[in-house]
Amino acid sequence: MANDIAEGASPAGGPAQRGRIQATDFDRRDADWYIDQGIQLLVFIGGISAIVFIIGIFVFITKEGFGFIFGEMDFGQFFTSPRWRPTSEYNPTYGILALVAGTASVTGLAMLIAIPFSLGAAIYIAEFATGKTREYLKILVELLAAIPSIVWGFIGLTIMNPLIIKIFDVPIGLTVLNAGVILGLMAAPIMTSIAEDALKAVPDRYREAAEAMGATHWQVTIKVVLPAARNGLLGAVLLGVGRGFGETMAVLMATGHAINLPSSIFDSVRALTATIAAELGETAVGSNHYMALFTIGIFLFVVTFVINLTADLVVRGVRKG
Amino acid sequence: MVAGSIASAHGREDSPVKLEIDDLSIGYGGQTILDNVNLSIREHEIFGIIGPANAGKTSFLKALNRMDMFNSSMQVDGTIRFNGRDIKALRNVYALRSRIGVVFPLPVGLPLTVYDNVAMAPRLAGTTKKAELDVIVERCLTRAALWDEVKDRLKSLGSLLSGGQQQRLTIARALSQNPELLMLDEFSIAVDPVTTMRIEDVLKELRNEITIILVTNLVQQARRLADRTAFFLGGECVEVGPTEQLFQGDVKDQRTRDYIAGRFG
Repeated sequence: MANDIAEGASPAGGPAQRGRIQATDFDRRDADWYIDQGIQLLVFIGGISAIVFIIGIFVFITKEGFGFIFGEMDFGQFFTSPRWRPTSEYNPTYGILALVAGTASVTGLAMLIAIPFSLGAAIYIAEFATGKTREYLKILVELLAAIPSIVWGFIGLTIMNPLIIKIFDVPIGLTVLNAGVILGLMAAPIMTSIAEDALKAVPDRYREAAEAMGATHWQVTIKVVLPAARNGLLGAVLLGVGRGFGETMAVLMATGHAINLPSSIFDSVRALTATIAAELGETAVGSNHYMALFTIGIFLFVVTFVINLTADLVVRGVRKG
Repeated sequence: MVAGSIASAHGREDSPVKLEIDDLSIGYGGQTILDNVNLSIREHEIFGIIGPANAGKTSFLKALNRMDMFNSSMQVDGTIRFNGRDIKALRNVYALRSRIGVVFPLPVGLPLTVYDNVAMAPRLAGTTKKAELDVIVERCLTRAALWDEVKDRLKSLGSLLSGGQQQRLTIARALSQNPELLMLDEFSIAVDPVTTMRIEDVLKELRNEITIILVTNLVQQARRLADRTAFFLGGECVEVGPTEQLFQGDVKDQRTRDYIAGRFG
């Protein structure tokens, strides 16, 4: 072959056989180039659409609630009054404090239950379980995460309710306790799944290095793996909080749906989300009640947004100082 | 102990045996990686292991540390005695590992601060006093030729150091265990030549205190450091002998001579 470099670079029969690239090829766009451009455009549309939808939803709920926010809404009353009486004939009041307390108490209790369970499960699956056990557990956890919320609500209504009445000898079982347990069990699998991913993302060489120093399995987990996966684990927890905050159907069925500032876990409460779900269908479009519900929607949107943003920043590893 | 630093003073015939390896075979899922190795490593010697890739060098080190426990497909047969004790019969494998420092070929800066990386082993061993830990951390980092570069950022993450710095951090961490046996697996891959020489000097000093196994793909490094050298090839321990003797061509097997001369591998 005349060209020594070409010969050295590719053995006979290789791509060089197609002939040397001509200078004019630099200006000829072939099918690969157009496919590349096309795919780039498609994924760009896909990526941008998420942002468009978020903005679209925000604009929509804001528009629906706007008339209320700038009209009859009394900010002090809205956030500090526990009286949600939108249908009162003479003096309708729109205070969401009791609803916020309902959502917060249920979510708080749910996290108390879900965090230890899910972190324990994730540590077991990722660090201690081996072989088949791990595989089956992973599949089971993901299966649990896929149970529809209405089914959980059903369990709360028909199993937990009589159980709580019987065990604690209380008049009603549709309470903070019931919803908290249900929501905790509901959030735990997805939190487990995310936390387990975070633990699995810690490279094995860290574990081997620590074990080679004589650290026991548990010491490796607590001193090396958990600190390394800290951001992912916090992300999992915040995702669980977001899930608890936004959950509607199970909470509607298990809380008792009574407007109430809870003083114990045996009180019935009502959640923000459940209020919207239960009342929106019965309001006149454009009425104060209707717009007040949308204002709750805006509030939920902002809170969920802040939680998710925090989770995201934490996962990305924003560190202190 | 012998205070002199000339190679011949170390690992002499009359030194006690640190590690005795009898009929050691290692396989992964039925495929043999190391076949029937017999050798002994004496106290206070630097024992070099040279050989091309896939010779079984790294697997050999893993077996000495019972790291085969991490990998269920790794099968280890034969006996390894550490200080005369069969390491398969030990009831506390963690105690064994804490006496053996390991430096892996690729640096592993644990995702902790530089300080915590080095303080980890002493803490596992029960040292909690800050003052004691400070002394250990400074001494080990100095020995690993890293102190000057990191003394002002002991609180930054070890995993954020450069590759060469992480490797020296790994060495400092291994030293912080105050090991009886130090195993280095091609430690100089990620380290520049100047730093390599500084670490080699440290290893020469250390041989007065501990036993060192040095797996290296640089035959000249083995010549510079090792008192005795073993040549591994394709899962076989071809030859073990005093390093100078091997390098002067006094070998039993032609393959050893060829490898040392750079004719293959």
